[in-house]
Amino acid sequence: MGNVSLVDISKRFRLTIDGSEQFVQALDHVSFTVADGEIAMLIGPSGCGKTTALRIAMGLDQATSGQVLVDGREVKGCGHDRGMVFQHAELLPWLSAVDNVKFGLEMKGMRGGELKDTAMRYLDLVGLAGSAQRRPHQLSGGMKQRVGIARALAIDPKVLLMDEPFGALDAQTREAMQAELLDIHARTRKTIVFVTHDLDEAVLLADRVFVMRNGRLQEIIEVPLPRPRGDLGAIRGLSAFAETRYKIWQALHAEAAS
Amino acid sequence: MKMPRWLITTISVVIFLAFWEFFGRDINPIFGSYPTAIIAAFIKLAKSGKIWVALFQSLQPFVIGYLLAIVVGVPIGLVVGRFRVAEAALGIYVTAGYAMPLVALVPLLILWLGLGFAVKVAVVFLMSIFPVCINTWAGVNAVPVSLIEVGKSLVASDATILRRIILPATLPYIMAGIRLAVGRAVVAMIIAEFFTAISGLGGIIIQSANNFDTATMFVPVVILMVLAIGLNSLIVWIERRVAPWQAEIAGRSE
Ligand SMILES: Nc1ncnc2c1ncn2[C@@H]1O[C@H](COP(=O)(O)OP(=O)(O)OP(=O)(O)O)[C@@H](O)[C@H]1O
Ligand SMILES: [Mg+2]
Repeated sequence: MGNVSLVDISKRFRLTIDGSEQFVQALDHVSFTVADGEIAMLIGPSGCGKTTALRIAMGLDQATSGQVLVDGREVKGCGHDRGMVFQHAELLPWLSAVDNVKFGLEMKGMRGGELKDTAMRYLDLVGLAGSAQRRPHQLSGGMKQRVGIARALAIDPKVLLMDEPFGALDAQTREAMQAELLDIHARTRKTIVFVTHDLDEAVLLADRVFVMRNGRLQEIIEVPLPRPRGDLGAIRGLSAFAETRYKIWQALHAEAAS
Repeated sequence: MKMPRWLITTISVVIFLAFWEFFGRDINPIFGSYPTAIIAAFIKLAKSGKIWVALFQSLQPFVIGYLLAIVVGVPIGLVVGRFRVAEAALGIYVTAGYAMPLVALVPLLILWLGLGFAVKVAVVFLMSIFPVCINTWAGVNAVPVSLIEVGKSLVASDATILRRIILPATLPYIMAGIRLAVGRAVVAMIIAEFFTAISGLGGIIIQSANNFDTATMFVPVVILMVLAIGLNSLIVWIERRVAPWQAEIAGRSE
Protein backbone atom coordinates (compact mmCIF):
# COMPACT_ATOMS: atom_id res chain seq x y z
CA MET A 1 0.00 0.00 0.00
CA GLY A 2 1.06 3.57 -0.46
CA ASN A 3 -1.50 6.15 -1.35
CA VAL A 4 -1.03 9.75 -0.42
CA SER A 5 -3.68 12.43 -0.01
CA LEU A 6 -3.68 16.14 0.50
CA VAL A 7 -6.93 17.02 2.25
CA ASP A 8 -8.05 20.61 1.94
CA ILE A 9 -4.51 21.93 2.18
CA SER A 10 -3.94 25.68 2.32
CA LYS A 11 -0.63 27.39 2.75
CA ARG A 12 -0.06 31.04 3.41
CA PHE A 13 3.49 32.40 3.50
CA ARG A 14 4.18 35.52 5.47
CA LEU A 15 6.96 37.70 4.25
CA THR A 16 8.27 41.12 5.07
CA ILE A 17 9.23 43.38 2.22
CA ASP A 18 10.70 46.77 3.11
CA GLY A 19 9.39 46.36 6.62
CA SER A 20 5.79 45.79 5.59
CA GLU A 21 4.14 42.46 6.09
CA GLN A 22 2.71 40.64 3.09
CA PHE A 23 1.00 37.32 2.60
CA VAL A 24 1.26 34.90 -0.26
CA GLN A 25 -1.47 32.34 -0.66
CA ALA A 26 0.66 29.55 -2.14
CA LEU A 27 -2.01 26.85 -1.83
CA ASP A 28 -5.74 27.43 -1.61
CA HIS A 29 -7.77 24.44 -0.42
CA VAL A 30 -6.02 21.80 -2.49
CA SER A 31 -7.24 18.24 -2.24
CA PHE A 32 -6.16 15.19 -4.20
CA THR A 33 -5.35 11.55 -3.69
CA VAL A 34 -2.65 9.67 -5.53
CA ALA A 35 -3.41 5.97 -5.55
CA ASP A 36 -1.05 3.16 -4.66
CA GLY A 37 1.36 2.56 -7.52
CA GLU A 38 0.12 5.53 -9.48
CA ILE A 39 2.28 8.19 -11.11
CA ALA A 40 0.70 11.62 -10.77
CA MET A 41 2.23 14.67 -12.38
CA LEU A 42 1.80 18.18 -11.02
CA ILE A 43 2.02 20.77 -13.76
CA GLY A 44 1.29 24.47 -13.85
CA PRO A 45 2.79 27.90 -14.34
CA SER A 46 5.72 29.04 -12.25
CA GLY A 47 4.69 30.06 -8.76
CA CYS A 48 1.39 28.15 -8.78
CA GLY A 49 2.36 26.13 -5.71
CA LYS A 50 3.71 22.81 -7.02
CA THR A 51 6.86 22.78 -4.93
CA THR A 52 4.91 23.94 -1.90
CA ALA A 53 2.44 21.08 -2.32
CA LEU A 54 5.27 18.58 -2.56
CA ARG A 55 7.14 20.01 0.41
CA ILE A 56 3.99 19.87 2.51
CA ALA A 57 3.38 16.28 1.44
CA MET A 58 6.97 15.49 2.48
CA GLY A 59 6.61 17.31 5.77
CA LEU A 60 9.32 19.88 5.06
CA ASP A 61 6.75 22.67 5.23
CA GLN A 62 3.78 22.91 7.57
CA ALA A 63 0.39 23.56 5.99
CA THR A 64 -1.59 26.50 7.31
CA SER A 65 -4.62 24.24 7.31
CA GLY A 66 -5.54 20.80 6.04
CA GLN A 67 -4.10 17.34 6.42
CA VAL A 68 -1.64 15.04 4.69
CA LEU A 69 -2.63 11.39 4.74
CA VAL A 70 -0.51 8.39 3.87
CA ASP A 71 -2.59 5.23 3.57
CA GLY A 72 -5.43 7.11 5.18
CA ARG A 73 -3.50 8.03 8.28
CA GLU A 74 -2.51 11.60 9.03
CA VAL A 75 1.22 12.31 9.01
CA LYS A 76 2.98 15.26 10.60
CA GLY A 77 6.55 16.02 9.66
CA CYS A 78 8.91 13.85 7.64
CA GLY A 79 8.80 10.09 7.66
CA HIS A 80 10.44 7.11 6.03
CA ASP A 81 7.13 6.34 4.32
CA ARG A 82 7.91 9.21 1.92
CA GLY A 83 11.09 9.93 0.02
CA MET A 84 12.03 13.19 -1.65
CA VAL A 85 14.00 13.67 -4.84
CA PHE A 86 15.11 17.29 -5.02
CA GLN A 87 15.32 19.46 -8.10
CA HIS A 88 19.10 19.76 -7.81
CA ALA A 89 19.76 16.30 -6.34
CA GLU A 90 21.21 17.89 -3.15
CA LEU A 91 23.87 15.28 -2.59
CA LEU A 92 26.22 15.79 0.33
CA PRO A 93 29.37 17.00 -1.44
CA TRP A 94 31.79 15.36 0.98
CA LEU A 95 30.36 11.88 0.48
CA SER A 96 30.90 9.53 -2.44
CA ALA A 97 27.89 8.37 -4.44
CA VAL A 98 27.57 5.16 -2.46
CA ASP A 99 28.04 6.97 0.85
CA ASN A 100 25.27 9.38 -0.07
CA VAL A 101 22.94 6.45 -0.56
CA LYS A 102 24.25 4.86 2.63
CA PHE A 103 23.56 8.06 4.52
CA GLY A 104 19.83 7.73 3.92
CA LEU A 105 19.89 4.09 4.95
CA GLU A 106 21.79 4.89 8.14
CA MET A 107 19.17 7.46 9.03
CA LYS A 108 16.68 4.64 8.76
CA GLY A 109 18.71 2.66 11.26
CA MET A 110 20.43 0.20 8.95
CA ARG A 111 23.91 -0.89 10.05
CA GLY A 112 26.79 -3.13 9.06
CA GLY A 113 27.27 -5.14 5.91
CA GLU A 114 23.65 -4.88 4.91
CA LEU A 115 24.20 -1.15 4.54
CA LYS A 116 26.85 -1.38 1.85
CA ASP A 117 25.03 -4.14 -0.04
CA THR A 118 21.74 -2.30 -0.10
CA ALA A 119 23.34 0.97 -1.17
CA MET A 120 25.20 -0.77 -3.99
CA ARG A 121 22.05 -2.56 -5.09
CA TYR A 122 20.21 0.73 -5.53
CA LEU A 123 23.15 2.41 -7.25
CA ASP A 124 23.12 -0.54 -9.60
CA LEU A 125 19.40 -0.05 -10.14
CA VAL A 126 20.03 3.47 -11.44
CA GLY A 127 23.02 2.25 -13.46
CA LEU A 128 25.76 3.82 -11.35
CA ALA A 129 27.46 0.84 -9.72
CA GLY A 130 30.63 1.73 -11.64
CA SER A 131 30.78 5.26 -10.23
CA ALA A 132 30.06 4.39 -6.62
CA GLN A 133 33.26 5.90 -5.25
CA ARG A 134 33.00 9.24 -7.05
CA ARG A 135 32.09 12.35 -5.16
CA PRO A 136 29.21 14.50 -6.45
CA HIS A 137 31.37 17.06 -8.27
CA GLN A 138 32.93 14.21 -10.22
CA LEU A 139 29.51 13.19 -11.53
CA SER A 140 27.49 14.69 -14.37
CA GLY A 141 24.16 16.38 -13.69
CA GLY A 142 22.22 13.31 -14.77
CA MET A 143 24.38 11.02 -12.67
CA LYS A 144 23.87 13.22 -9.60
CA GLN A 145 20.15 13.11 -10.18
CA ARG A 146 20.28 9.32 -10.36
CA VAL A 147 22.19 9.13 -7.07
CA GLY A 148 19.46 11.32 -5.56
CA ILE A 149 16.86 8.91 -6.87
CA ALA A 150 18.81 5.93 -5.56
CA ARG A 151 19.07 7.60 -2.14
CA ALA A 152 15.31 8.14 -2.02
CA LEU A 153 14.49 4.67 -3.36
CA ALA A 154 16.90 2.88 -1.04
CA ILE A 155 14.96 3.77 2.08
CA ASP A 156 12.06 1.98 0.38
CA PRO A 157 9.42 4.66 0.89
CA LYS A 158 5.83 4.00 -0.04
CA VAL A 159 5.64 7.31 -1.84
CA LEU A 160 8.27 9.01 -3.96
CA LEU A 161 8.01 12.79 -4.21
CA MET A 162 9.99 14.27 -7.10
CA ASP A 163 10.37 18.00 -7.70
CA GLU A 164 11.36 18.66 -11.32
CA PRO A 165 14.07 16.05 -10.99
CA PHE A 166 14.96 16.20 -14.68
CA GLY A 167 14.45 19.94 -15.11
CA ALA A 168 18.12 20.78 -15.34
CA LEU A 169 19.04 18.04 -17.78
CA ASP A 170 19.58 18.19 -21.52
CA ALA A 171 16.89 16.66 -23.72
CA GLN A 172 18.73 13.40 -24.37
CA THR A 173 19.71 12.69 -20.79
CA ARG A 174 16.22 13.62 -19.79
CA GLU A 175 14.66 11.06 -22.11
CA ALA A 176 17.02 8.39 -20.85
CA MET A 177 16.12 9.24 -17.27
CA GLN A 178 12.40 9.17 -18.04
CA ALA A 179 12.73 5.67 -19.48
CA GLU A 180 14.77 4.66 -16.48
CA LEU A 181 12.19 6.01 -14.07
CA LEU A 182 9.41 4.10 -15.81
CA ASP A 183 11.55 1.02 -15.63
CA ILE A 184 12.14 1.49 -11.91
CA HIS A 185 8.46 2.15 -11.42
CA ALA A 186 7.54 -1.03 -13.26
CA ARG A 187 9.82 -3.00 -10.96
CA THR A 188 9.00 -1.33 -7.64
CA ARG A 189 5.41 -0.15 -8.19
CA LYS A 190 6.09 2.95 -6.07
CA THR A 191 3.53 5.67 -5.77
CA ILE A 192 5.07 8.73 -7.41
CA VAL A 193 4.12 12.39 -7.25
CA PHE A 194 6.18 14.23 -9.83
CA VAL A 195 6.42 17.96 -10.51
CA THR A 196 7.22 19.02 -14.04
CA HIS A 197 7.03 21.95 -16.44
CA ASP A 198 7.26 19.74 -19.46
CA LEU A 199 4.06 18.71 -21.23
CA ASP A 200 5.69 15.76 -22.98
CA GLU A 201 7.14 14.49 -19.75
CA ALA A 202 3.76 14.74 -18.07
CA VAL A 203 2.05 12.63 -20.72
CA LEU A 204 4.86 10.10 -21.08
CA LEU A 205 5.10 9.30 -17.39
CA ALA A 206 1.73 10.00 -15.80
CA ASP A 207 -1.39 8.03 -15.08
CA ARG A 208 -3.04 11.32 -14.23
CA VAL A 209 -1.94 14.90 -14.71
CA PHE A 210 -2.93 17.49 -12.08
CA VAL A 211 -3.03 20.94 -13.59
CA MET A 212 -2.53 23.67 -11.02
CA ARG A 213 -3.04 27.40 -11.18
CA ASN A 214 -2.74 30.12 -8.56
CA GLY A 215 -2.51 27.69 -5.69
CA ARG A 216 -5.54 25.68 -6.81
CA LEU A 217 -5.99 22.34 -8.44
CA GLN A 218 -7.59 23.36 -11.70
CA GLU A 219 -8.15 20.14 -13.56
CA ILE A 220 -7.27 16.46 -13.48
CA ILE A 221 -6.53 14.84 -16.83
CA GLU A 222 -6.34 11.08 -17.28
CA VAL A 223 -3.64 9.71 -19.55
CA PRO A 224 -5.15 6.86 -21.55
CA LEU A 225 -1.85 5.18 -22.36
CA PRO A 226 -1.26 1.57 -21.30
CA ARG A 227 1.52 0.39 -18.99
CA PRO A 228 4.22 -0.62 -19.46
CA ARG A 229 4.79 2.28 -21.78
CA GLY A 230 7.68 0.58 -23.53
CA ASP A 231 9.40 2.62 -26.22
CA LEU A 232 8.82 6.27 -25.31
CA GLY A 233 9.75 7.37 -28.82
CA ALA A 234 6.93 5.31 -30.27
CA ILE A 235 4.47 6.68 -27.71
CA ARG A 236 5.09 10.18 -28.99
CA GLY A 237 3.67 9.06 -32.32
CA LEU A 238 0.36 7.84 -30.86
CA SER A 239 -2.72 9.96 -31.36
CA ALA A 240 -3.63 9.46 -27.68
CA PHE A 241 -0.33 11.13 -26.79
CA ALA A 242 -1.04 14.17 -28.93
CA GLU A 243 -4.63 14.42 -27.74
CA THR A 244 -3.72 14.24 -24.05
CA ARG A 245 -0.91 16.70 -24.55
CA TYR A 246 -3.35 19.11 -26.22
CA LYS A 247 -5.84 18.71 -23.37
CA ILE A 248 -3.18 19.64 -20.83
CA TRP A 249 -2.10 22.55 -22.98
CA GLN A 250 -5.68 23.80 -23.10
CA ALA A 251 -6.04 23.43 -19.35
CA LEU A 252 -2.85 25.40 -18.84
CA HIS A 253 -4.05 28.18 -21.14
CA ALA A 254 -7.65 28.28 -19.96
CA GLU A 255 -8.78 31.52 -18.37
CA ALA A 256 -8.27 31.54 -14.64
CA ALA A 257 -11.77 32.90 -14.23
CA SER A 258 -13.35 29.50 -14.88
CA MET B 1 55.68 26.77 -18.69
CA LYS B 2 54.12 27.83 -15.42
CA MET B 3 56.52 28.56 -12.59
CA PRO B 4 55.82 26.40 -9.54
CA ARG B 5 54.44 28.28 -6.57
CA TRP B 6 57.24 27.44 -4.17
CA LEU B 7 59.74 28.88 -6.65
CA ILE B 8 57.90 32.19 -6.88
CA THR B 9 57.76 32.34 -3.08
CA THR B 10 61.46 31.55 -2.78
CA ILE B 11 62.43 34.21 -5.31
CA SER B 12 60.27 36.74 -3.48
CA VAL B 13 61.88 35.91 -0.14
CA VAL B 14 65.42 36.05 -1.57
CA ILE B 15 64.80 39.46 -3.12
CA PHE B 16 63.29 40.71 0.14
CA LEU B 17 66.24 39.45 2.20
CA ALA B 18 68.74 40.94 -0.28
CA PHE B 19 67.15 44.37 -0.02
CA TRP B 20 67.01 44.11 3.75
CA GLU B 21 70.66 43.09 3.93
CA PHE B 22 71.73 45.86 1.53
CA PHE B 23 69.92 48.75 3.18
CA GLY B 24 69.96 47.34 6.71
CA ARG B 25 73.76 47.54 6.89
CA ASP B 26 73.61 51.34 6.62
CA ILE B 27 71.36 51.69 9.63
CA ASN B 28 72.67 52.25 13.12
CA PRO B 29 72.59 48.74 14.71
CA ILE B 30 70.46 50.10 17.57
CA PHE B 31 67.70 51.22 15.26
CA GLY B 32 67.68 48.23 12.97
CA SER B 33 69.36 45.07 11.91
CA TYR B 34 69.91 42.90 8.84
CA PRO B 35 69.73 39.17 8.04
CA THR B 36 73.37 38.13 8.46
CA ALA B 37 73.61 39.92 11.81
CA ILE B 38 70.45 38.20 12.96
CA ILE B 39 71.79 34.83 11.87
CA ALA B 40 74.99 35.49 13.81
CA ALA B 41 72.94 36.39 16.88
CA PHE B 42 70.89 33.26 16.40
CA ILE B 43 73.98 31.06 16.28
CA LYS B 44 75.19 32.63 19.51
CA LEU B 45 71.86 32.03 21.21
CA ALA B 46 71.66 28.49 19.85
CA LYS B 47 75.13 27.62 21.11
CA SER B 48 74.38 28.86 24.61
CA GLY B 49 71.17 26.80 24.50
CA LYS B 50 69.18 29.82 25.68
CA ILE B 51 66.97 29.96 22.61
CA TRP B 52 65.86 26.33 22.92
CA VAL B 53 64.88 26.72 26.55
CA ALA B 54 62.93 29.86 25.67
CA LEU B 55 61.30 28.21 22.69
CA PHE B 56 60.15 25.33 24.86
CA GLN B 57 58.88 27.70 27.55
CA SER B 58 56.84 29.54 24.95
CA LEU B 59 55.63 26.65 22.84
CA GLN B 60 54.18 24.63 25.70
CA PRO B 61 51.54 27.16 26.77
CA PHE B 62 51.09 28.18 23.16
CA VAL B 63 50.16 24.69 21.98
CA ILE B 64 47.92 24.00 24.96
CA GLY B 65 46.09 27.33 24.79
CA TYR B 66 45.70 27.08 21.04
CA LEU B 67 44.39 23.51 21.01
CA LEU B 68 42.07 24.30 23.88
CA ALA B 69 40.69 27.22 21.89
CA ILE B 70 39.91 24.89 18.98
CA VAL B 71 38.38 22.17 21.14
CA VAL B 72 36.16 24.65 22.97
CA GLY B 73 35.61 27.17 20.18
CA VAL B 74 34.31 24.85 17.46
CA PRO B 75 31.44 23.33 19.49
CA ILE B 76 30.44 26.77 20.78
CA GLY B 77 30.42 28.13 17.23
CA LEU B 78 28.36 25.19 16.01
CA VAL B 79 25.77 25.53 18.75
CA VAL B 80 25.56 29.33 18.46
CA GLY B 81 25.17 29.06 14.71
CA ARG B 82 22.62 26.27 14.81
CA PHE B 83 20.25 27.16 17.62
CA ARG B 84 18.33 30.42 17.68
CA VAL B 85 18.26 30.57 21.46
CA ALA B 86 21.99 29.97 21.77
CA GLU B 87 22.65 32.60 19.11
CA ALA B 88 20.53 35.16 20.94
CA ALA B 89 21.97 34.28 24.34
CA LEU B 90 25.66 33.73 23.54
CA GLY B 91 26.33 35.35 20.17
CA ILE B 92 26.79 38.76 21.71
CA TYR B 93 29.65 37.53 23.92
CA VAL B 94 31.42 35.96 20.98
CA THR B 95 31.17 39.15 18.96
CA ALA B 96 32.27 41.29 21.88
CA GLY B 97 35.02 38.86 22.84
CA TYR B 98 36.51 39.03 19.39
CA ALA B 99 37.00 42.78 19.76
CA MET B 100 38.14 42.56 23.39
CA PRO B 101 41.34 44.57 24.03
CA LEU B 102 43.03 41.64 25.70
CA VAL B 103 46.26 43.54 26.34
CA ALA B 104 44.40 45.69 28.82
CA LEU B 105 43.12 42.65 30.66
CA VAL B 106 46.42 40.79 30.99
CA PRO B 107 47.33 42.50 34.30
CA LEU B 108 43.99 41.38 35.68
CA LEU B 109 44.58 37.83 34.48
CA ILE B 110 47.96 37.91 36.20
CA LEU B 111 46.24 38.85 39.47
CA TRP B 112 43.99 35.84 39.09
CA LEU B 113 46.38 33.26 37.71
CA GLY B 114 49.81 34.40 38.80
CA LEU B 115 52.86 34.93 36.64
CA GLY B 116 53.49 31.44 35.35
CA PHE B 117 52.30 28.90 32.89
CA ALA B 118 48.55 29.23 33.53
CA VAL B 119 48.32 32.87 32.60
CA LYS B 120 50.14 32.28 29.31
CA VAL B 121 47.72 29.49 28.44
CA ALA B 122 44.79 31.70 29.34
CA VAL B 123 45.96 34.62 27.21
CA VAL B 124 46.65 32.42 24.19
CA PHE B 125 43.31 30.68 24.68
CA LEU B 126 41.36 33.93 24.96
CA MET B 127 43.01 35.45 21.91
CA SER B 128 42.50 32.46 19.63
CA ILE B 129 39.10 31.12 20.65
CA PHE B 130 37.11 33.99 19.17
CA PRO B 131 38.23 33.78 15.53
CA VAL B 132 37.59 30.02 15.70
CA CYS B 133 34.16 30.61 17.22
CA ILE B 134 33.13 33.39 14.87
CA ASN B 135 34.23 31.55 11.77
CA THR B 136 32.47 28.35 12.81
CA TRP B 137 29.36 30.36 13.52
CA ALA B 138 29.50 32.12 10.16
CA GLY B 139 30.11 28.75 8.52
CA VAL B 140 27.00 27.24 10.08
CA ASN B 141 24.94 30.16 8.85
CA ALA B 142 26.31 29.60 5.36
CA VAL B 143 25.27 25.94 5.19
CA PRO B 144 22.63 25.71 2.45
CA VAL B 145 19.18 25.04 3.90
CA SER B 146 18.72 22.50 1.14
CA LEU B 147 21.40 20.24 2.68
CA ILE B 148 19.76 20.45 6.08
CA GLU B 149 16.46 19.56 4.45
CA VAL B 150 18.06 16.46 3.00
CA GLY B 151 18.68 15.38 6.58
CA LYS B 152 15.19 16.34 7.66
CA SER B 153 13.56 14.50 4.77
CA LEU B 154 15.51 11.41 5.82
CA VAL B 155 14.24 11.87 9.39
CA ALA B 156 17.65 12.61 10.89
CA SER B 157 17.68 13.89 14.47
CA ASP B 158 18.91 17.39 15.30
CA ALA B 159 22.11 15.95 16.74
CA THR B 160 22.70 13.85 13.64
CA ILE B 161 22.09 16.82 11.36
CA LEU B 162 24.58 18.84 13.39
CA ARG B 163 27.26 16.15 13.34
CA ARG B 164 26.78 14.60 9.91
CA ILE B 165 25.68 17.57 7.80
CA ILE B 166 26.44 20.89 9.46
CA LEU B 167 29.87 19.98 10.82
CA PRO B 168 31.30 18.69 7.51
CA ALA B 169 29.68 21.51 5.56
CA THR B 170 31.24 24.00 7.98
CA LEU B 171 34.69 22.41 8.02
CA PRO B 172 36.27 24.80 5.49
CA TYR B 173 35.14 27.77 7.60
CA ILE B 174 36.42 26.11 10.76
CA MET B 175 39.81 25.54 9.17
CA ALA B 176 39.92 29.17 8.04
CA GLY B 177 39.17 30.25 11.61
CA ILE B 178 41.89 27.98 12.95
CA ARG B 179 44.33 29.55 10.50
CA LEU B 180 43.35 33.07 11.50
CA ALA B 181 43.83 32.07 15.11
CA VAL B 182 47.49 31.17 14.54
CA GLY B 183 48.54 34.78 14.14
CA ARG B 184 46.55 35.91 17.12
CA ALA B 185 47.86 33.07 19.27
CA VAL B 186 51.47 34.00 18.47
CA VAL B 187 50.86 37.63 19.38
CA ALA B 188 49.04 36.54 22.53
CA MET B 189 51.96 34.40 23.64
CA ILE B 190 54.41 37.28 23.32
CA ILE B 191 52.09 39.72 25.07
CA ALA B 192 51.74 37.29 27.94
CA GLU B 193 55.50 36.95 28.20
CA PHE B 194 56.01 40.72 28.09
CA PHE B 195 53.76 41.12 31.07
CA THR B 196 54.65 38.06 33.08
CA ALA B 197 58.02 36.71 34.07
CA ILE B 198 61.08 37.25 31.92
CA SER B 199 60.84 33.89 30.23
CA GLY B 200 60.29 32.40 26.84
CA LEU B 201 60.83 34.06 23.47
CA GLY B 202 59.08 37.19 24.68
CA GLY B 203 61.57 37.32 27.53
CA ILE B 204 64.49 37.29 25.09
CA ILE B 205 62.88 40.10 23.11
CA ILE B 206 62.52 42.27 26.20
CA GLN B 207 66.00 41.52 27.53
CA SER B 208 67.77 42.25 24.26
CA ALA B 209 65.66 45.34 23.66
CA ASN B 210 66.71 46.65 27.06
CA ASN B 211 70.35 45.98 26.12
CA PHE B 212 69.93 47.74 22.76
CA ASP B 213 70.95 44.44 21.14
CA THR B 214 68.61 44.76 18.19
CA ALA B 215 69.99 41.84 16.19
CA THR B 216 69.32 39.43 19.07
CA MET B 217 65.88 40.92 19.54
CA PHE B 218 65.05 40.01 15.98
CA VAL B 219 65.91 36.33 16.49
CA PRO B 220 62.71 35.40 18.39
CA VAL B 221 60.68 37.67 16.14
CA VAL B 222 61.88 35.82 13.06
CA ILE B 223 61.48 32.44 14.77
CA LEU B 224 57.87 33.32 15.62
CA MET B 225 57.10 34.34 12.06
CA VAL B 226 58.66 31.17 10.69
CA LEU B 227 56.66 29.22 13.27
CA ALA B 228 53.45 30.89 12.15
CA ILE B 229 54.18 30.12 8.50
CA GLY B 230 54.94 26.50 9.37
CA LEU B 231 51.75 26.15 11.39
CA ASN B 232 49.77 27.71 8.61
CA SER B 233 51.05 25.22 6.05
CA LEU B 234 50.41 22.40 8.49
CA ILE B 235 46.80 23.54 8.82
CA VAL B 236 46.40 23.85 5.05
CA TRP B 237 47.77 20.35 4.74
CA ILE B 238 45.35 19.04 7.37
CA GLU B 239 42.49 20.84 5.65
CA ARG B 240 43.28 19.07 2.39
CA ARG B 241 43.16 15.77 4.24
CA VAL B 242 39.97 16.28 6.20
CA ALA B 243 38.09 18.29 3.56
CA PRO B 244 39.51 17.30 0.19
CA TRP B 245 36.21 17.93 -1.57
CA GLN B 246 36.49 21.63 -0.79
CA ALA B 247 39.72 22.10 -2.72
CA GLU B 248 38.34 19.98 -5.55
CA ILE B 249 35.16 22.03 -5.80
CA ALA B 250 36.99 25.32 -5.59
CA GLY B 251 39.43 24.10 -8.23
CA ARG B 252 42.45 24.87 -6.08
CA SER B 253 43.77 21.32 -6.02
CA GLU B 254 47.26 21.01 -7.41
N1 LIG C 1 9.43 30.26 1.75
C1 LIG C 1 8.57 31.07 1.10
N2 LIG C 1 8.27 32.27 1.61
C2 LIG C 1 7.41 33.08 0.98
N3 LIG C 1 6.78 32.76 -0.14
C3 LIG C 1 7.02 31.59 -0.70
C4 LIG C 1 7.93 30.66 -0.11
N4 LIG C 1 8.00 29.56 -0.88
C5 LIG C 1 7.16 29.79 -1.90
N5 LIG C 1 6.56 31.00 -1.81
C6 LIG C 1 5.57 31.55 -2.72
O1 LIG C 1 4.55 30.61 -2.88
C7 LIG C 1 4.13 30.54 -4.23
C8 LIG C 1 4.26 29.12 -4.74
O2 LIG C 1 5.63 28.78 -4.80
P1 LIG C 1 6.13 27.37 -5.30
O3 LIG C 1 7.59 27.32 -5.08
O4 LIG C 1 5.32 26.32 -4.68
O5 LIG C 1 5.81 27.46 -6.85
P2 LIG C 1 6.09 26.39 -7.98
O6 LIG C 1 4.78 26.03 -8.58
O7 LIG C 1 6.94 25.29 -7.49
O8 LIG C 1 6.89 27.28 -9.05
P3 LIG C 1 8.08 26.84 -10.02
O9 LIG C 1 7.43 26.15 -11.15
O10 LIG C 1 8.66 28.15 -10.45
O11 LIG C 1 9.01 26.00 -9.24
C9 LIG C 1 4.97 31.54 -4.98
O12 LIG C 1 4.21 32.72 -5.15
C10 LIG C 1 6.14 31.81 -4.09
O13 LIG C 1 6.57 33.13 -4.22
MG1 LIG D 1 8.95 24.65 -7.85
